[in-house]
Amino acid sequence: MTSALTPRRFTTALVGYGLLALAVLALAPLIGTERVSISRILAGFFSSAPNVDFDIFFYHRIPRVILSFAVGGTLAVAGGALQVALRNPLAEPFILGVSGGGAVGAVLAISVPGLFFRVGPLSTVQVFSLAGCLAAILVIYRVASRTTGVSMTTILLAGVTVNILCGAAILLIRYLSSPHLLVAMDRWIMGGLDVVGYGELLTLAPLLIPGLGLLLFQAHALNLLAFGGDMAAGHGVQVAAVQRKVIIGMGLITAATVSLSGPIGFVGLIIPHGVRRLSGADHRLVLPACFCLGGAFLALCDLVARTVIAPTEMPVGIITAIVGGPVFIRILLRQKG
Amino acid sequence: MTRDLLTVEDVTYGYVGSDWRLGPCSFSVQEGEILGIIGPNGSGKTTLLKLTAGVLSPQAGAVRLKGRQTAEMTRREMARHVAYLPQQVETFFDYAVEDVVAMGRFPHAKGFGFLTAEDMDAVDRALFQTRTEAFRNRPLSHLSGGEMQRVLLASVIAQEPEVLLLDEPTSALDIHHQVRFFNLLSDLVASGVGVVVVTHELNLAGLFSHRLLLVSGGAITHQGPPGNLLSPEVLYEVYGKEIVVSMHPTANRPVVLPAKGKKKEMEAAP
Repeated sequence: MTSALTPRRFTTALVGYGLLALAVLALAPLIGTERVSISRILAGFFSSAPNVDFDIFFYHRIPRVILSFAVGGTLAVAGGALQVALRNPLAEPFILGVSGGGAVGAVLAISVPGLFFRVGPLSTVQVFSLAGCLAAILVIYRVASRTTGVSMTTILLAGVTVNILCGAAILLIRYLSSPHLLVAMDRWIMGGLDVVGYGELLTLAPLLIPGLGLLLFQAHALNLLAFGGDMAAGHGVQVAAVQRKVIIGMGLITAATVSLSGPIGFVGLIIPHGVRRLSGADHRLVLPACFCLGGAFLALCDLVARTVIAPTEMPVGIITAIVGGPVFIRILLRQKG
Repeated sequence: MTRDLLTVEDVTYGYVGSDWRLGPCSFSVQEGEILGIIGPNGSGKTTLLKLTAGVLSPQAGAVRLKGRQTAEMTRREMARHVAYLPQQVETFFDYAVEDVVAMGRFPHAKGFGFLTAEDMDAVDRALFQTRTEAFRNRPLSHLSGGEMQRVLLASVIAQEPEVLLLDEPTSALDIHHQVRFFNLLSDLVASGVGVVVVTHELNLAGLFSHRLLLVSGGAITHQGPPGNLLSPEVLYEVYGKEIVVSMHPTANRPVVLPAKGKKKEMEAAP
C-alpha cells in the first residue's frame, strides 16, 4: 500500500478492480424482479421470434446496468479529482452547484405541464437539467476565474452559494406549482436510473468521454497538487491549467450524469476515499480504480433498489447512503486500529 | 571562475488589494554557493523566492537561467533546472515517503510517469543523501516534523536541479538536524549546485552561507559575505537593538545572540 507505483503494481491493481467491475456487469443484468432464463436470452440472439426474456434482458436490464455503472464510475472519478484540486476531503461532485443548477432545470421543466419536446432521445426534463447544470458550472467558473488561474477557495464558496440559491429557486417553483406535480419533482431529486434502450447514454457520451479523458490525463499532476499549488508549480506542474481542466472536465461529466439520473449522492464522496484506503493515494491508479469501483457500487445499489421492495422500486440514492455509509465507517474504524 | 546560474534583474511584485510592494530587487546565484536570504517577518523573503522560482511572475524585471529568460520556459522545463521547496507543505492524503521523493521526477517524466531506471537511481540517491531511506516505505502520517522536512528536501534533490530554492527548510528541526541539514547543503554545492535558502536562523546562515542577502521592507538592503553583513550597524536597523553580535568561538564568523533587558537606544527607536 505504501510502495511507489510501478507499472506492475499499477497493472495488478487495475486488473483486480477491472475484474470486479466485469463480474458486477455480468451478474447484475441476470437478477431482477422478473426471472429471466439464460438459455432463452441466448436463443433471442439467433431468432427474431417474440422473446420476453430477451427483451427484458437486452432493452431494460443491460441498458440500466450500463447506465448505473457509467453514472457511478463517473461520479467517483469527478469526486476523486475534485477532492485533490480543492484540497478538501469533503468535496464531492455536487459541491460546486452543478446538481443545484440541474435540479432547478428539472423542476422548472416538470412545473410546466404542457411542456413536452424531445431532443434526440432526451426528454424535456433531461434537456432542462443539462442546461441548468452547465449554467451553474459556467457561473462558478466565471466568478472564480482570475488572470493567474482559478481561485479554488472562491470556486468552493461560489458553488455552495449557487446550491443555496438553487434551493431557494426550487422552493419558489414548488410553491407556485400545482400539488400533483410535486411528487414528480421529489422523485427526480431523489435520483433514479430508470431507462429503456441505449439512446440517452449514447447522446451524452460526447460529454462523458472527453470529460473523463480530461480528468484522467491530470492524474499525475494531481499527486503534486495534493501538496498545494506552490509545491506543484515548483515541481513543474502548470497549476492553473490543471485546475481549469479539472473544473471543466468535472463540470461536463457531472452535468451529464445529473441530467441522466438526477443527483445520486454519496458515490462521489466515499468511493474515492475507499479506493485511497485500499490502494494508496497515487491518482494515476486512484482515478481509473474509482471508475471501476464507483460503477460496480452503483450498479449493485441499483440492483438492490429495483428488487428489494418488488414489484415497485426504491430511489437508488437512499440505497447508496444506507449501504455506503456503514461500509465507509467500517473502513475508517479499521484504519484507526 | 564561478558562473552565474540564476540572475534576478530588477523584479517587482505587488499583491492584489495590498499597498505592500517588493522591489525592484536584483541578485544572482552562482555555481557552488549557498546564498542565505535573511530578514524580519513580512519583509518579502518568501515573495522574492517565489519570483525567483517562477511560481509568481514579476510585474517588472526578469529572471534569467544562464542568460535565458525563465518567463519563456515552460514550468516543466524550468523545474528540470530550478527546484523550489515552499515554506509550508502539507497534504491530507497519506502518500508513502518514496512516493513523495519520486514526485521530484515529475519534470523529467514522459507519458504516464512511471519511473525509469534513471529515475529510480535519482530517487535512491536523494533518499540516501537525506538519510531518509530507512523509512522510505513509511506513510507521511507516521513521520515527525523533522523527518517530513528531510523527505521534502529529498523530493527536490531528486529533481536533480542546478539551483535549489528553499524556504525556511529547517524551521521544524532541532539543532542537531539543522546542522546536518546545512552540512548536506554544503555537500550539494560542492558538486556545483547553487542553493538559495531563506531562513530565520541567522547563525546557521552566517556559518554556512557564502553570501547573505538582507531583505527588509520589500527591498534588498544589503548583500555580501556574512562577515560584513552580520554586523551591529546593519542588523540594528532591521532587527532592533535587542541583539548582540559576537564572534563564533571556533569558526571565523560572526554570531548573533539575543540581548537581555531593554537597552536605552531602544526607547529612542521608532
